[in-house]
Amino acid sequence: MEWETVIGLEIHAQLATHSKIFSGAATAYGADPNTQACAIDLGLPGVLPVLNRETVRMAAMFGLAIGAEVARRSVFARKNYFYPDLPKGYQISQYELPVVQRGQLTIELEDGVSKVIGITRAHLEEDAGKSLHEDFQGLSGIDLNRAGTPLLEIVSEPDLRSAKEAVAYMKKLHQMVVYLGICDGNMQEGSFRCDANVSVRRKGDPKFGTRAEIKNLNSFRFVERAIEFEIERQIDLIEGGGKVVQETRLYDPDKGETRSMRGKEEANDYRYFPDPDLLPLVLDDAFIDTARASLPELPDIKKQRFTDQYGLSSYDAGVLTASRALADYYEAVVMALGGEAKLCANWVMGDLSAFLNKDNRDIDHSPVDPTSLAGLLRRIQDRTISGKIAKDVFEAMWAGEGHADAIIEQRGLRQITDSSAIEKVIDDVIAANPDQLAQYRAGKDKLFGFFVGQVMKLSKGKANPQQVNDLLTQKLKG
Amino acid sequence: MSLGPAEVAKIAHLARLAIRDEDVPAYARNLSAILELVEQMNAADTAGVAPMAHPLDMAQRLRADAVTEPDQRAHFQAIAPRVESGLYLVPKVIE
Repeated sequence: MEWETVIGLEIHAQLATHSKIFSGAATAYGADPNTQACAIDLGLPGVLPVLNRETVRMAAMFGLAIGAEVARRSVFARKNYFYPDLPKGYQISQYELPVVQRGQLTIELEDGVSKVIGITRAHLEEDAGKSLHEDFQGLSGIDLNRAGTPLLEIVSEPDLRSAKEAVAYMKKLHQMVVYLGICDGNMQEGSFRCDANVSVRRKGDPKFGTRAEIKNLNSFRFVERAIEFEIERQIDLIEGGGKVVQETRLYDPDKGETRSMRGKEEANDYRYFPDPDLLPLVLDDAFIDTARASLPELPDIKKQRFTDQYGLSSYDAGVLTASRALADYYEAVVMALGGEAKLCANWVMGDLSAFLNKDNRDIDHSPVDPTSLAGLLRRIQDRTISGKIAKDVFEAMWAGEGHADAIIEQRGLRQITDSSAIEKVIDDVIAANPDQLAQYRAGKDKLFGFFVGQVMKLSKGKANPQQVNDLLTQKLKG
Repeated sequence: MSLGPAEVAKIAHLARLAIRDEDVPAYARNLSAILELVEQMNAADTAGVAPMAHPLDMAQRLRADAVTEPDQRAHFQAIAPRVESGLYLVPKVIE
């Protein structure tokens, strides 16, 4: 039996504002419990929510970036349910008229094929607080700092057909919101979370199967594993004569499986209605134009420009434009060096990225700034040092030993390009290795590398490699 | 459309309202009367009429993204039944 998987994702992106969506309490992560929960967030009687302009601008930017309709009029609704992390007894969300409608995102699959994924809607809503179920003598501890934090919930069409596609879509969306500067994208802190709706159907069946919603997916890896597990579970169930029930399931990362969440039988009876505390949100041309003007160059466009302008491969351009910060760094290096785009790309993607990874730093916290890196590359370009020596210089720069020129001078790393000096070294090497010389002249060509190594060693790596090759070839002939 | 006792009980539960069994028939009658009124309004032709989201014909005011609320935890927690380590303590709810 051939099965087809159908997946739709709901992604919650926390908007990077200073204050909450309906109150002036701070949204900073990691504060002491309940020190950022004001009367509005606590749902005390008599308070009135007032919408944060920045959240609307961010939602509009997102809508424009995915080619969606930014609604001229949208409405906030109450989603009613009782849970202690939401003291009002309802969550303020958007239901029938969301602020963003009908957009799309193009993902690239492993085989290089592109696929357009529909985005049904994106709406503004408030986050709930956190419940802590341990250590309180049978009681739950409630921290409402997160209550009222602005979220953009982004709902895809059921266009995804595998766990891999789902991950590709999620990564693309993550890149987009971080590019737009509307979300910090920090998944450990819960700034970007995903629920997945998964169902299976027999290939060719026009009707969707019954879906399960998987919650608690806060990493790309978990999304992939949870969906893979869920597909297997549903297929096994149906092939064993059972039926998939529509339910909410929780992913357990320790066990690598999904399990049913009990006790949510009324979960779908949210009784939405327009929130009488909030008037309809009306956006005029000026507001939308301002949002449009604040759009940065978007990832796909930047990637295309990198291939056109710098002659980079699609792969290199993709790596360098993965984040705005990395792309900006790269362009600053090219600008400072005045060209050599490929050399710059190799260094940014190679040594720089390796050192960043090793020290677990992001590009904004690189101890070597673009101008300094360009200073080093200039010395490769003008042949003051070889590419190999440059790696040592870079390491010293990383350790804070100063600029490239200072390190090259201090350590005497300047490349030897004086032919007579190189010849002298070669003569010394040949004199010290008569056996190898005899073998080489007897036809053992492989020994050429041995001689190169010895010359480089004796010159402490400073001899110009091309000149060493040329001179050595002549001398070894005898 | 009229509501039966089971629906009244469900609505009360969703709203976390405790109602006495002997009051159920009266609630059922009153709520059904409201629904009948809605039924009558349903008869009106509303094609081409935009649903009203709010009785005031005004748009939502927006505020600047600024932190204006200071920490008043001690003040708010003074009226809470139980607190510990800055957390509000509530009866355990397990999903």
